[in-house]
Amino acid sequence: MTINGKYWRIALGIAVIAALIIVPMNFNRYGLYILSQWAVMTIAAMGLNLTLGYAGQVSLAQGAFVGIGAYTAAIMTTQGLPLIAALGVAIVLCFAIGWILGYPALRVQHHYLAFVTLAFSTLAFLVFRNEDWLTKGIYGISGIPRPNVLGFATNRPLPFYYFCLGSLAIVSLAMWWLIRSPWGRAFVALRENPVRALSLGIDTRRYTLMAFAIGSALGGVAGTLYAPLTQYIDPVPFNLSLSLDLLMMVIVGGSGFFFGPFLGAMIAVLLPEWLRFTQGYYLMLYAVAVMLLLIYSPTGILGILDRYLAERRTKAASALRAVAKSRLETAP
Amino acid sequence: MSNLLDLLVAGLATGAIYALVAVGFTLLWQTSQTINFAQGEFVMLPAFLMLAVMHAGAPFWLAIILGILLSLLLLGLGFKLLLVDPMLRHGVLPLAIATMALAIGMKEAVKQFFSAEASPFPSIVPAGDVSILGRVISLQSLGVLALAIAVVIGLTLLLNRTSIGHQMQATAQNPTVARIIGVPVERMILLTFLINAFLVALASLLITPIYLAKFSSGEVLGQAAFIAAIVGGFNQVRGAIAGGLLIGVVDNLAAAYVSTQYRAAVPMVLLIVIILFRPQGLLGRPEERTV
Repeated sequence: MTINGKYWRIALGIAVIAALIIVPMNFNRYGLYILSQWAVMTIAAMGLNLTLGYAGQVSLAQGAFVGIGAYTAAIMTTQGLPLIAALGVAIVLCFAIGWILGYPALRVQHHYLAFVTLAFSTLAFLVFRNEDWLTKGIYGISGIPRPNVLGFATNRPLPFYYFCLGSLAIVSLAMWWLIRSPWGRAFVALRENPVRALSLGIDTRRYTLMAFAIGSALGGVAGTLYAPLTQYIDPVPFNLSLSLDLLMMVIVGGSGFFFGPFLGAMIAVLLPEWLRFTQGYYLMLYAVAVMLLLIYSPTGILGILDRYLAERRTKAASALRAVAKSRLETAP
Repeated sequence: MSNLLDLLVAGLATGAIYALVAVGFTLLWQTSQTINFAQGEFVMLPAFLMLAVMHAGAPFWLAIILGILLSLLLLGLGFKLLLVDPMLRHGVLPLAIATMALAIGMKEAVKQFFSAEASPFPSIVPAGDVSILGRVISLQSLGVLALAIAVVIGLTLLLNRTSIGHQMQATAQNPTVARIIGVPVERMILLTFLINAFLVALASLLITPIYLAKFSSGEVLGQAAFIAAIVGGFNQVRGAIAGGLLIGVVDNLAAAYVSTQYRAAVPMVLLIVIILFRPQGLLGRPEERTV
């Protein structure tokens, strides 16, 4: 039974990966743009999932970190520097800002991180908008080049989509490793019971800061992909509502589940496209759907699946028990 | 110097409106752990309800009454029964996220069914200026300030001097004990939702003539109220009032003396400073309730 389940899971994983590689081959430019956007948003949501789902901290600034990453990439690559350098700078910058931001907030009470990040989100937006010498203000930065990856130019939509997908795969593997490492286990421990984690010798504040800073750095990674994807950035996409959208993605997909952000980003990015026939009503429908989902299952879509599987397992176990019992009774 | 006085009066007037919204916000938090991210949209909607009634041909005074009644029904009773009650047992965070979705839904609904453009809104205070001690002050600022102060005083009296107010406070401080000593906790929680709906409807009535009725106008307002509540003290009604007035004044002074570009940054910096040095807020008590 378990071997069978594992087999199916691996088969499903391979099928999904193959589909992500093969199916978009004859997509048009717009379809590929949407799929690339999905990959980028998934990376940002994965970072937030680490902060929120695994370490239990609410951050309202993930959108601002995406913005910092995007502006870093835009400014550096338009100056002729390679994207990989921008990626390094963005990671270090977002990690450091995350650490500094979390430090005072986590000194007092953990939900103060939400308040501080809310303020930071607005401050970051104001800097993007007002510091013309750096960010060109409301006019934005245009002509952001797409990178050459291993000698391949990614100017066309399909290669760039593969570049985004590959980045997503690398980030996913790193995250998979991280949440199974002692660090990841410490994150979960301090989400589940901070007092117990502390008494077991985990430096809770340091680990919480670490989770927040790593999550923020992943926001920066998503930003460095976002800039060459759109090739033009201005401050508007990075306001508070992007942070709130990312938070909704994580919750809707299922926070604390590894695949939650993948699903959440898919719904947030693709659902509006599918609901396009409803014209202006799609955001309204999306909002209603999110509310209904949360009422039905506050742990998101994967929460429903999890509950269903747990129920089936219990049923199977009790069936086995019943069989064993009847055998025991019929035995001489 | 004379300019400063004008700024202070205007700041206090906006601040009084922020205070109304922030008070509702803290009331919901205290009695039912609801962090309402749609609070700004709650202020945006009543103005549109009143406009809709007026478009149907009703006079302004009738529109105000119907608008407030509709707000009580939708934003008070409906919000509690349809969203908060089913979600409350799931904890603070899913409910907060659900209110974010509600905010998007409300904005989109108004944009779709009413208008994406800003609409003018009549003022309940007649236009014009009065001169006090040789200073010319706009009647609108003064009227807003007077009305908001009257409401805040009324609310404080209700909370501190009446039996219902004491029962509400008991519900906020310790629902279990309140239930044991016979406070109808459920009814008190419903009452706070109705009070919040009334406060936002009133705030809508006061602020919309100044900033026009627009589907997105709740974003700034909601954030201001949120910050006012935290700065003043998340667990205190008088903290929210002080926070609202402070943010209003600071906002106006910042626009004049710092820079219009970074005006919005000043309340944020204030928020961060408060969290650093006085995390329970200016008038708040250290948190008694764990989240």
